[in-house]
Amino acid sequence: MSVQQKILLLDDEQDFLDLYQEMLGQHLSMLPEIRTALTGSRALSMLESDKYALLILDLHMPKMDGLQVLAIARRKYPELRVVILTAVRDEQFRSRAYAMGVDQYWIKPETDQEMGLFMESIETLLSSESQGGFRGVHSKSLVDIIQLECLSQSSSVLKISNGAVEGRIWIQNGEVIDADAVGLTSEPAFQRILTWKTGSFEVLPADPGRPRKIFTSYQGLLLNTAQALDEAASQVVAQSDSDVAAASDSTVMLAEISQLRGVEFVLACSVRKKKKTQEFWGIENPKPVSDWMEGAIEQFDQMGESLQVGQLQQIVGTGPQRKVAMARSGDTRLCVGFAADLSVDDLRDTMKTILSKWVS
Amino acid sequence: MGLLSFIRRTTRSKLVRLPSGSFTLDRDGNIMTSTLPQGFPQAQIQSIGKCVLSAFHHAKKAQMPLSELIVNYSALRILARELRGGAIVFLMPSSGAQPGRRTTND
Repeated sequence: MSVQQKILLLDDEQDFLDLYQEMLGQHLSMLPEIRTALTGSRALSMLESDKYALLILDLHMPKMDGLQVLAIARRKYPELRVVILTAVRDEQFRSRAYAMGVDQYWIKPETDQEMGLFMESIETLLSSESQGGFRGVHSKSLVDIIQLECLSQSSSVLKISNGAVEGRIWIQNGEVIDADAVGLTSEPAFQRILTWKTGSFEVLPADPGRPRKIFTSYQGLLLNTAQALDEAASQVVAQSDSDVAAASDSTVMLAEISQLRGVEFVLACSVRKKKKTQEFWGIENPKPVSDWMEGAIEQFDQMGESLQVGQLQQIVGTGPQRKVAMARSGDTRLCVGFAADLSVDDLRDTMKTILSKWVS
Repeated sequence: MGLLSFIRRTTRSKLVRLPSGSFTLDRDGNIMTSTLPQGFPQAQIQSIGKCVLSAFHHAKKAQMPLSELIVNYSALRILARELRGGAIVFLMPSSGAQPGRRTTND
């Protein structure tokens, strides 16, 4: 027995709400239930009390604008699909909305054709929602997700994010044809993405023009990757010259990172199951640095949320003695010290490498 | 009737465009100069300034004095340079690079 999907429409103009309530209610094949709200606060309380498949909202609204509603909705309801429907033709707002995790950004249709395209996109969003499985920003096994896409003979692009690191997998007619991540392409990129233990993913529209670089079947790819991961886990990893006490995974990772060009120190602070752990290399007294790092990341995180500018990606500091970069990778906050003469480009590349190593 | 017609439309939202520009702060966090548009809320500018000064101050306390700070968000980059206890802060909104979603009708 399928449950009727609910769509919540948010706009400060009643005429608009009445029109779209009728259009969406009559022209979508799933015949979803359309509910409306005139204010952001009303919409948020409706989201609190019932489960919605989709939120369609305007940007320009009094008291609480669309970006504010989006920020709260994204944080509280990560599974909720969100579409902006606005008259604001401003590239900056569009990129901010995407940075904040909106699914689609539409200018309010002015012609029949535009209306048709809009309805079609809503239909697609809802049908992907009703097929269930692993859509949206979920923490699910990547293997499951890839298998689902391939078994259903889909064509799509999977965008996988892990903190500041991102990768993509191209799927065409149920076959994995290419992958891209942290400077790698093709099968190596696919294998690297599958080593990421946590993160989020999005299903993007297919890219039919993408040339095929992977010719192994998806079952073969998954098998090869599983074998490679097993082999890596059973290998004995050589320790670095630094005074690392125990051969834990993180400790070995720190040792590897310390070998990268320009790295002077590494500090990693994690919180897992309310337990705080700290690992470091190349720094005698990590506490002041870790206090500074955690304070700075938290403050800039909060500021980013209030400015509605999307996720904090990285903080880079330059001083007379060294450069410092800070970023989050899953549960871990990383602070890496670099030689003062390392160029900003080299620092950025090295930090990307460090983050990709950390997430794997 | 006639009176109600004056109250036709509710106040438009405070949807704020991220400005591109700079401002300077003294060591106490007071805004000295600014090239940011007046429509950008003072409170936001002060909040940015407070975060920046705090980061410089605590870095110094941690024996890692910094002269420059770059904070990267998905849609904004903030560059701050320490100036004798205060700072000059540059705001640089990112140009939109969208994911491959069907977007608008333009």
